Formats: sequence, C-alpha cells, structure tokens
Amino acid sequence: MNDTFELRGGESHIEVHKFFPGAVVGIAVLSLVLQRILPVYFPRLEILDLPLLATIYFGLSRRNPSTGLLLGTLMGIMQDSLSGPTVPLGEYGIAKTVIGYLASSIGSRLDTEHPLARFALVAAFYVVHQAILTVVRRLLLNEPEGWFNMHLAIASLVNAVLGVVLFTFLDRLRR
Amino acid sequence: MVGMPSRHRSLALLAGVLLAQVLMLALEVKRDSRGRLIRVWSMGAVSPFEKGGAWGFGKVRGVWNHYFALQGTTRQNEELRTENDELKLTISQLQSKAAEADRLAVLLNFRQSHEKVPMVMARVIGASAGTASHTIEIDRGEREGIRRNMAVITPDGVVGKIIESYRNTAQVLLLSDKEGGAGAMLVSSRIQSPVKGTGEPMLSMSYVAAEDTVNAGDKVVTSGMDKIFPRDIPIGTVLDVKQGNPFKQIRVKPAARLDRLEEVIVLLTQEVVTFKNDAEAQTAQPAAGNSATSAAGKPAPEKP
Repeated sequence: MNDTFELRGGESHIEVHKFFPGAVVGIAVLSLVLQRILPVYFPRLEILDLPLLATIYFGLSRRNPSTGLLLGTLMGIMQDSLSGPTVPLGEYGIAKTVIGYLASSIGSRLDTEHPLARFALVAAFYVVHQAILTVVRRLLLNEPEGWFNMHLAIASLVNAVLGVVLFTFLDRLRR
Repeated sequence: MVGMPSRHRSLALLAGVLLAQVLMLALEVKRDSRGRLIRVWSMGAVSPFEKGGAWGFGKVRGVWNHYFALQGTTRQNEELRTENDELKLTISQLQSKAAEADRLAVLLNFRQSHEKVPMVMARVIGASAGTASHTIEIDRGEREGIRRNMAVITPDGVVGKIIESYRNTAQVLLLSDKEGGAGAMLVSSRIQSPVKGTGEPMLSMSYVAAEDTVNAGDKVVTSGMDKIFPRDIPIGTVLDVKQGNPFKQIRVKPAARLDRLEEVIVLLTQEVVTFKNDAEAQTAQPAAGNSATSAAGKPAPEKP
C-alpha cells in the first residue's frame, strides 16, 4: 500500500496519511492514561488536554470527517467516563466530536503540516473546544460557566506549543 | 445514504452523533443513571495501564529528581564525577525510599493510633481525565470493602468521599469539586455549616449567619452531621470572611494537600467514629517508622 494518497480538489492536492496498525488506538489510549496520571505527579500539567491533541492530530492527518468525528466521539466519551460520575457522558463527547469533524474537514482543505499552521490551529481548536463545553454546561446542564478568562488564553497557548512538538513526533508513526 | 455526496454523508453522521449524545446526556441527567456500564468498561480498559504507569512514574521520578538535584555539587568536583555519580544514584534512590517511608510512617502512625477505626490505606494512581471535575482514582476497590460514600482522609484532614467503587479501584470525589462538600463546624464557636467545593483550590462555607463572628485563621472540622465523615476531622482553616446578607461569604483553605495526594486513607465505615486527638495519638503510638514497610503493603481491612 502507498504511504500516502492524495485528495484532489481543483488545482491543489493534499496528502492523506496512513498510520502503522494500532498507532491510532495506542496513541488514543496513551493520551487518556497520561491525562490521568500526569497531574498526580505534576499538578500544573492539568492544563494540558492530551485527548484533544490526539483528536486534532489524527483529524488533521487522516482528513476524513467521518472517522475524525467518530474518533473525537470515542475520545470524548472515554474522557467523560474517566472523569467520574459527576461528569455526564456526552459533555466532552459533544465537544470532541465537533473538533474531530472540524479538524478533519480543515485538514482536507488546507496543508496543515507547517508548525505555524499547527500552532494556530491547535490554539483555535482549544478555544472552540472550551466554548462548546461552556455552551453544553450552560444550556444543557444549567451550570454557571464563564465564557473567557486568562486561564483559557494561557491553556490554549500551552496546548498549542505542546501540540507542535508532539505532532512532530507523531509524524514518525506515519507509514 | 445511497447517492448522498460524501460531504453530506459526514454532515449527517455529525448531526446523528451529536443528537445521540445530547439525548444520552439529557437521559443521564434526568434519570441520574450516570451510565455505569460504560464507565465500568472504560475504567477496566484504562486502570491496568494507569497502575503500571503510576508505578513506573513513581520509580523514575524518585531517581530522576534526586539525581539532578545533586548535580550542582558534582560541578565542583569534576575529577570525581564518575565515581560520585554512582554514589549519588544510590543516595537518591535511598532518599526517595526514605521520603516514601516517612509518608507511609505518618499514615501508619495515624492508623495505629486509631486502631478501632476500620480503614484501608490506598495509593493514588490517577486523577480526573479533564478539568470538569476534581476526582482521583485509588488502587483499592470493592475487594478491600470500599463502597460508595465512604470517607477518604489523610492525617492532615478530609480529602473527599468515594463516588464509585470498582473491583480493584475506586474513584474519590475531592472536597474541592463543585459537587464536593462535608458537614462542618467552626472549632472556636461550634457554629455548624456545610463546607462546599467551588471547582477552585479553596472551599466555601456558605451558611453562616451575618451576625455570627468568624475570623480568618479559625479552624474548621467535620461536624459528623452528613453521616459520611466522623466528627472533628480537620477540614481546613478560614482564609477570609466577607460580610453578606443573610450569610457571610467564607473561604476555607483545605487542611489536606488536595493537589498533591499520593497516599490516602479510606474509612470503611459510615458510622460516626470518635477520633482521638493529636496528643493522645502521639502517646498511643510512639514509633511507627520501623513498620513503614508493612504500610506499603496491602493492610488487612478491619470489619466495621
């Protein structure tokens, strides 16, 4: 099988990347496990959202909106169920479904390999993800939730920086 | 779906998946069912990796941190570096073990000074998977007799309560979670009011009347009224008090380090238990350091 194949739209064509068998599942599980273990030893790392970074990366790389949104759904539901009974199933699920869809849709239209593009996209997706969470909490769960604060700005930048570094390593898992 | 363009197909799928999740969320909130089956599967899939990861992290961190903490001294002794590094590694491993032994000795001391209180010591192996909740996961579960609504404490004070118990693990809702809380009272005035989590590091004491006197620095302990936490376990210290109407707004700093929990104690009873005070505890248990190793193992839970 070829390492990559191409989506052709007009003049431009964008590569769709394939990964080694088990890479997607392995990275997804690893991101969920690390998301729970790291804050125990390094409380400041609670600011990271590793499942979100994995959802964005595979969305941008595989460029298939259907698989992107399904991966987002799975990651979100797992994150909900691992967050304890106080977080209803679907809270992170809805947010990550939308992000998975958006990432793979954007990935199929733009070249997202450049570090600057990745930085901007991860920061933007982080903000959108939090905005969806806020909407879900306010409208569906009737929980008071602020729209924007400095923590969100810092968290989006930190996650974007980590995303750029992490994506470079994850690129090595491509066939 | 036949004949539908792929773009529309994915949009339809998106709408379907979102609708399904909104319905699931609405059903869960309405029925308060909390989707136990999915959670059990998720925990079952992830907790073995977490246990392994937590063990590995603990080992690596102990060696790694202490090794680099000692690097400054080696710069002054360049010619002895090779020989020193080996010694430092050994020392760092011993320091790590000693620090762990100290923590476990405190727990053991606490346990032995409250022998009649059935309790189980547990290691923290995971935290909440997101910022929406403040929970931790511990490496003890139903097999050790841990059930929902059991109190979780450290020798410093209240940590939270068990919200879900699985076969080998359990989830603890921390006091600082928005849904966390405990029946409490002020030590000095014996005024009772629940203490609630805010989702932030500090707790709030919500129902103290405006005319009551509360000062920063006042100690807050459990009242025992919630039938979860025994009386007189430290919850925290009043940080500041704002006048309000009809209630004061009181912020409480937790006594337990909720952001740095590595070992905790689960009280295997929901009945009110009278704890010994610190002085009694000290005289009852002069030395526990020798038995630190046994605390690291799996202590046999006593039946309530």
